[in-house]
This record gives sequence, structure tokens and C-alpha cells, in this order.
Amino acid sequence: MTSQATPMIRLDELTKTYRGQPHPAVDRVSMDMPRGEIIVLVGPSGCGKTTTMELINRLIEPTSGRIYLDGDDVTRADPDSLRRRIGYVIQQIGLFPHFTVAENIATVPKLLGWDKKKIGDRVDELLDMVGMDPSEFRGRYPKQLSGGQRQRIGVARAMAADPPVMLMDEPFGAIDPITRDRLQNEFLRLQQQVQKTIVFVTHDIDEAIKLGDRIAILGERSQIAQYDTPANILASPASPYVADFIGAGASLKRLHLSQVSSVELDTGCVTARIDGDAEQARERLRASERAALLLLDADGRPQRWVDAGDLSSTDLFKAGEPVGAVVESTSTLSEALNAMLTSNSGVAVVIDRSGAFQGLLDFETVMVAARSERDFYRAAKVPS
Amino acid sequence: MAVDVMAAPVEHSRRRVLRWLGMPLLLAVVGISLYAYVSTQELDTIERRVLNAPGLTDRVIEHLQLAGLSTLVVIAIAVPLGILATRRGARFVAPVVLILGNLGQAIPSLGLITLVVLLAGVGFKSIVFGLVAYSALPILRNTMVGLQQVDQTLVKSARGMGMSAWQTLTRVELPLAVPVILAGVRTALIINIGTATLSTFFGVQALGYVIFQGIQLDRTPVLIVGAVMASGLALLVDYLAGVVEELLTPRGL
Ligand SMILES: Nc1ncnc2c1ncn2[C@@H]1O[C@H](COP(=O)(O)OP(=O)(O)OP(=O)(O)O)[C@@H](O)[C@H]1O
Ligand SMILES: [Mg+2]
Repeated sequence: MTSQATPMIRLDELTKTYRGQPHPAVDRVSMDMPRGEIIVLVGPSGCGKTTTMELINRLIEPTSGRIYLDGDDVTRADPDSLRRRIGYVIQQIGLFPHFTVAENIATVPKLLGWDKKKIGDRVDELLDMVGMDPSEFRGRYPKQLSGGQRQRIGVARAMAADPPVMLMDEPFGAIDPITRDRLQNEFLRLQQQVQKTIVFVTHDIDEAIKLGDRIAILGERSQIAQYDTPANILASPASPYVADFIGAGASLKRLHLSQVSSVELDTGCVTARIDGDAEQARERLRASERAALLLLDADGRPQRWVDAGDLSSTDLFKAGEPVGAVVESTSTLSEALNAMLTSNSGVAVVIDRSGAFQGLLDFETVMVAARSERDFYRAAKVPS
Repeated sequence: MAVDVMAAPVEHSRRRVLRWLGMPLLLAVVGISLYAYVSTQELDTIERRVLNAPGLTDRVIEHLQLAGLSTLVVIAIAVPLGILATRRGARFVAPVVLILGNLGQAIPSLGLITLVVLLAGVGFKSIVFGLVAYSALPILRNTMVGLQQVDQTLVKSARGMGMSAWQTLTRVELPLAVPVILAGVRTALIINIGTATLSTFFGVQALGYVIFQGIQLDRTPVLIVGAVMASGLALLVDYLAGVVEELLTPRGL
């Protein structure tokens, strides 16, 4: 996984001892953060996540050590101009209450001296990007927004001057789980478009697994307990501390990471057109070794399950049972598992983007995936 | 949702208009009554010497000049001092500045102005000086409190986006402290309007002169006109200061 290119951010033996404190809050931390990835710093409260992050944009001056941004040593660079190149969403969002939404977003572009027209266009573009109608929200004040909307404006504001690097300190912290999930999904979609290097702080391991390309699990004094991809960390925790932090249900969490398309589907299923001839369908089912047949509509979309008995009826639209669990091939295995459990069927019908039938996914396949991945990663780690 | 947001300010402004109309109406009623009362009185020559339109206008102007100028001077001194006292590198000046401000206010106003006059002689300047010393504390304290109560996460947010310390002060901290600072200015202004009445003892003929003449010459109409005008002026200025305060408070707060 090592990249030849220079990392976007490199921390070199970075240490911060707060005045009057006997122990450093961040103790000789070294870390390379690759370009275009989401790097999640995760750890218990007070372990030094915020401190580590604020050392990167020098809101906190390091006691010792160096910081490199895109290969340049910025440990002694002018902090104000450095910060204008690094988007920052602080832990409490920190929207200015006396600025409108538009003025808040325009903060950094204004500091950089952009002209009015360019700023106005950029504000509207960003509002669109975070899914808020510019004409409705541009002139509002932060107190006229919901918590989730404020979070989005916080993110939009940090992205305003298109900085290559963004620091985000628990941006989805104080938000209800449903909104949080939606914001996380939007955030991932956004990142696909913008491909920034994002340092993301959270104390929620599930959020880390969902969002991170790479996760650094931090212990006391910001010591890195493990720094790896979510899959690797879940498959082989480096220490009891990490295993403990991941908590129970690591196998289930792993299912969040794999898409349905990554496992082999059962494509031997017999199908027939729902508006076709019942007699023909019965013939095909008899010729196969299967007990049931899947009826598809004209566009190949799965409609109903039928067995040999059901096929004696001539109206196929009413025969058998409607399909239960249907998942897209881009869904995660955990979503597929969830669909199977809620529809009470041991199998999920997998469709592609257009909704057309692709194959079947059964319970055992999911279980094997949950188990085998661990062995797979173990094997990959054995030195050759 | 959009409707809610729009509806609130409308409701708000209707109440505000009512509030803003009340005081001028009251003052107009008082003014007219006072005029009616004076015109029913047979004024003797002594009374007429004090109670004539040009003379009273001069008294009011003199009064406003005293109070206005001293308030401006206080703002010019106390706001920067208050800012300085809350800056990271200069916090040590805070206690010194506060002690001086407290001292100025703790000494009775008449005593303080007497002290200044003893040192600098009678006259307009001495009185302004005395008023400044007397009314510095509210502005000083409110500037400091106003800046200290600004949410530090906003300061961090501003610095984190690359605002310099000066930009953070002028674009974030001061605008957010404006309501509190203005409340201090209003208090200082009212103190100055009230205290300026004492100027008559030191050779400046503001509205205090009318009151004092009323007492000295034992003329009730003169006394009443002086007292009512001094109080009316204080109320009017307080009202106007309130309007300004409301207008200058940043929206969104
Ligand atoms: N200004 C400061 N002065 C002294 N100690 C500090 C200061 N800021 C933070 N600390 C200490 O440094 C340690 C790390 O704090 P930090 O804010 O980085 O933790 P965190 O991991 O972000 O925690 P949380 O998840 O609660 O936000 C804590 O023990 C904290 O008490
Ligand atoms: Mg923190």
C-alpha cells in the first residue's frame, strides 16, 4: 500500500507539551498522510486528537518536531497564509452568528481577495454541492438553520477556497444518528468528486470504518496504536488495545466494508418472463434442478418467486410470492444481510444499477465472506 | 419552515414600533404640559430673565455639548483600553485599568469635579475632564466583558481559517461585542447628562443653572422648568441611545 509520491501531510516526531503540563499531550508522533485520502484519527476522549489536528494548521505551535505539507516544511511558515490553504471545520462548527450563510462561506475567499462575482458564484456552487438551495439559504443567519444544515455550511465554508487539505474535527458529532448517516453518505459522495486529503477526527469507531481510507487508532498522548486501512485493522488488530477499541462485532463491521459485487453470486437461477407463457416456464423449471423460478418483467427486473405448483396457474402476475430481499450490487454485504433478515428470506436478489436481475446472494456466502476475509488478510501479511 | 423564519421578524418589528413610539409621545405630552403651565403663570422680571426661549435653548445646547463631548472622549479612551486589557499579551493591564475606572466612579461626582476644578481651574474643559473620569468605568467594563463573552470557539474558527489577530478582532470579536459595549456607552451618556447639571457650580450654564436659579431665587416656576427639562432631556437621550443601540446591533444575533 505504500505510495511512491510524497505524502500530502507528513508529521515528523511531532510533540506538544502544554504549558505547565508534566506530560506531552502529543508525544513524538510521526505519520504520513497520502494525497486524496480520508485519514481518520480515532481514539478515546482526551487522547490528543484535536491537539494533533491543530498542530497541522499550527493553531497550536509544536514543542518540537516538524510538519510537512506537500513536501514543504511548514513548521516555521507564516501561519495565517498556511491556514488559508487548509480548510478547517472545528469541533463546534463555529459559524459566525453575525454573518449570513453566504458571508460565512465567503470568509476565506474574501481573505484571499477574490472579486465579488467569483465569490458569489462559488458560494452558490458550494450550497448546491451540499444540497442546500442557494436562493433559499444564502441570506439566512446561522440561528435560522437546523443542526444538520449548520454542519453542512461548516463543511462548505471549509471547502470554499478549494484547499487541497481539509481538517475536520468531529464534524458530525452532535447530530442524531439518522441525519448523521445521511451527512456521512453525502460527505463520501462529495469526496468522490473533490478528492481532497482529509484529516477527520472522531471518537466513533463505526464512523471511522465507514469514512476512512485509512484509520489511525490513537492511544494516550496521541500514540499511534495502529495505522492501516479499515479492512486490515478489523482483520488483524495490532494489539489488545486496538481489538478492545474496535469492540465486539468486528466481523459484522467487516461486512460494512465489502460490496455485494465483491463476492461470487449464484447465477444459475432459472428465470422466465412474467408476461410469458406459463407452460414454457414450467418446462424450464423441470429441466433444471431448481425448486423455484424467478419471474422478471420486460426490463429484466425481478418480480415474483414461483414453484412448479404455482406454474399451473395461467396468470403469472398473481402466481407465487413477490420477491423479498432485493439489493443493488453496490450495496454492502451488511446491507444485504440486513435485507435478508428483515424480509425473512435466506437469499437476496441482486440487481444492477438499472434494476435488472444479476444473480442471487445467499446467507452462507455472506457468512463465509465475513469469516474468510480475516484469513485472507492474515495470509496476505505473512512475509514471502 | 421558510414561513416561520419570515413571520418572526414581522411580529418583532410591530412590537418594536410600539415601543419606539411610546417614549416620544410621553415626552411630547410632558413638553406641552410644561409650556401650558408656564404660559398660565404671571412671570416677574427675575423669572423672565431665566425663562425665555433663547436663554433656555442655550442652556440645553450647553448641556448637550458637555455630555456629548465627554461621552465621545470616554469612548475614545475607554474602548481602546478595554480592547487592550483583553488582548492575550496585555492582560496584565486589566486590573490596573479597572482600579482606575472604579476609583473614578467611586468618588462622589461633585467631589470629583471639584477636585478637577481645583487642579485645573473652572470652565468647560475641566468639567469635561471630570465627567470623563466619572463615566469611564461602564464603557471600560462593558468593552472588556463584551469581548470576553465572545465564544472562544468563534475566535479559534476565525484564526483557523487564516484571519490575522487584527482581522479576528475587527470582523468577529468587536461586532459580537457591540451590543454590550453600546449598553456601556448608553450608561455613560446618561451618567454624563445627569452629572452635567452640576456644572453650574463651576461657571458653565447648562440646565443645572435653571434649577439652581429656581432654588436660589425661590421661584417655583423656574425650579419646575429646570427640573422637568433636565429629566426630559435625560429620558430623550436615553431613548435615542436605545434606538441607536438597536440599529447598530448586528443582525443574526
Ligand atoms: N490548552 C490546553 N492546556 C492544557 N492542556 C490541554 C489544553 N488543551 C488540551 N489539553 C489536554 O491535552 C489532552 C488532549 O486534548 P485534546 O483536546 O487534543 O483531546 P481530544 O482527543 O481531542 O479529546 P475529545 O475527543 O474530548 O475532543 C487532554 O488531556 C487535555 O486535557
Ligand atoms: Mg477534540
